Amino acid sequence: MAETPTRSAARSAGEAAPARARRSRGPRTPRPGPGLPQPPDTAGAEAPDTAVPAAPDTAGTLVGFYRQMLLVRRFEERAARAYTEAKIGGYCHLNLGEEATVVGLMAALRPTDYLFTNYREHGYALAKGIGADRVMAELYGRSTGVSKGWGGSMHLFDAEARLLGGYGIVGGQVPLAAGAALAVSYKGGDDVVMCQMGDGTTAIGGFHEALNIAALWDLPAVFVVVNNGLGMGTAVERSAAEPELWKRGAAYRMASARVDGTDVVAVRDAARLAVERARSESRPYLLEAVSPRLKGHSVVDPARYRSKEEKDALKDADPVARTARRLADAGILSPEDRDRIDAEVTAEVEAAAAFADASPQPDVSTLFDYTYATPVAGEQRRLPADPVFRS
Amino acid sequence: MTTLTLGKALNEGLRKAMDDDPKVLIMGEDVGKLGGVFRITDGLQKDFGEERVIDTPLAESGIVGTAIGLALRGYRPVVEIQFDGFVFPAVDQIITQLAKMRMRSLGKVELPVVVRIPCGGGIGAVEHHSESPEVYFTHTAGLRVVACSNPADAYSMIQQSIASPDPVVFFEPKRRYWDKADVDTETADWTPLHAARVVRPGDDVTVLSYGPAVKTCLEAAVAAGEEGRSVEVIDLRSLNPLDIETVTASVHRTGRCVVVHEAAVFSGYGAELAARITERCFYRLEAPVLRVGGFSTPYPPSRIEDHYLPDLDRILDAVDRTFGW
Repeated sequence: MAETPTRSAARSAGEAAPARARRSRGPRTPRPGPGLPQPPDTAGAEAPDTAVPAAPDTAGTLVGFYRQMLLVRRFEERAARAYTEAKIGGYCHLNLGEEATVVGLMAALRPTDYLFTNYREHGYALAKGIGADRVMAELYGRSTGVSKGWGGSMHLFDAEARLLGGYGIVGGQVPLAAGAALAVSYKGGDDVVMCQMGDGTTAIGGFHEALNIAALWDLPAVFVVVNNGLGMGTAVERSAAEPELWKRGAAYRMASARVDGTDVVAVRDAARLAVERARSESRPYLLEAVSPRLKGHSVVDPARYRSKEEKDALKDADPVARTARRLADAGILSPEDRDRIDAEVTAEVEAAAAFADASPQPDVSTLFDYTYATPVAGEQRRLPADPVFRS
Repeated sequence: MTTLTLGKALNEGLRKAMDDDPKVLIMGEDVGKLGGVFRITDGLQKDFGEERVIDTPLAESGIVGTAIGLALRGYRPVVEIQFDGFVFPAVDQIITQLAKMRMRSLGKVELPVVVRIPCGGGIGAVEHHSESPEVYFTHTAGLRVVACSNPADAYSMIQQSIASPDPVVFFEPKRRYWDKADVDTETADWTPLHAARVVRPGDDVTVLSYGPAVKTCLEAAVAAGEEGRSVEVIDLRSLNPLDIETVTASVHRTGRCVVVHEAAVFSGYGAELAARITERCFYRLEAPVLRVGGFSTPYPPSRIEDHYLPDLDRILDAVDRTFGW
């Protein structure tokens, strides 16, 4: 499961290619067709990298990563509890096991970069800088939530944080991300659009359509497939004819790579490479992060399709424990530090839950507030049969 | 008689259909090993094998398209769409291919495909997971559209749908999956698939509904009864074709009609019913046909969905208003 990344920072630093001038708008030059020689830099994972040489991480940075990962862990555990207490409606998909991927990916983005995610997105919202209280309140469906209670667990949306949505339908976000990247391209800025999705998404048509467009039009988009090995309960090998999902990039001559998603630094490095390439060259990238899902697909899924052996193996793959061990071995995270950080993030999460619990529910009078930009006259809005709205 | 939940009744119905006809296949996301999100296909892959209960990739359009191909070669695929909102990626195949193949082949091919869709709200799950998309399909000629509301109908209607030579879009009321009732699994003497049923006789007003809202209507009828009003509740069961005779017979008698569904009222199925009843019962009507349903908004947040879904108060209010016209 934990394959080594296909490229290392050292190798990519040594082979840095000159950055192309970024296009701002205008017609795209067609790529050479199959009958023409292929440019050497469009051959998938073998493409030379244009990495930004990274300074070594300070202890503060690494401990900061750990802290964020633990925040996601404790947040998700608290969310699971709240769900079983019926505080959270509908469905609730957790980032448990995905913490290193979440934090590593977000560390590669600037605050001004855009993010699209799927329905497993609480951690991404936290790592994108949205307060735990507003995220938890959204899960609780309260009006103080990121989306005022309208989105719930699966549809967090915060334009200010440039989180352009969690998406509750598989693959729904992928073409949208291509469109947002096209807008960036037209407007001429150097923002990057990152689009996170699960392994199952690679089977849906929108994935193909969006990646084709992104590559064809040189869009500054980084598509990240978080491969946790299971599309709900179906193994990747049983749903993907090419289970090495990063290789799909070759179909679009899109640079692509696979990274160990339990290694926060490796994820950050791989994502930074992809993001900076998109930023400087306006070229899309497909990154696959192999990262376990410690629990079921959602809180209500007992994961009966997993054997005991598989469940036991997950414990070894736990990225939070792994990161703690590594930092301890490196002498930059003492047991006291670990306990202190744990107490701090736990308190933050508890405070978030208390805030959510104390927050008001959306008022029913807001039911029509977000359907149309301007009031729509007539029966669509207030029906004579509906006394609740007769006023 | 066996007591079954609605979900288990579907499971038993599917099992019976697979036992009866080796051409019946089940396809969908996580229908096999997992048994489906709602466990409707639980245990079927274990008993019928992976070739008949097929775990597919996440690709609704591809799943329905593949099912069409299978049907063209004589199979009877039953496709599970995991949630109502997930059918939209498959709408292209359903409308442009599934509904049209019989016409296209001038009747030479049959498309015995069943598309099962858990529908409706009431589970706190906002958009994609709480929708009532039935009219997109009732509007499309070439499709049969049915909606079960109780375990006994679930058991029989799924088997009748699988036996149908035409494609059937089969709506399942997801918040009623856990409702229990007696089901006679020994008989096949069922109400015809496309016949409506009077589920509670009454004299003063006819309430028409289908799917998850039928139970709410029955509760409303009980409440109205306590207030001295006799409400007849009809479970339409089939939306296309529509059993208009049962409907008009009732409205001719009562002179009043209220339609109840979860989907938005505007351009909803109730509009079709109101028009047809007006055409057929014009001189018998004491009041216009009233409609109770969802509002023209995206499916609302979990904390206020109870205001969106038709409830007793809104149904009884409409019933009252048919008397005040």
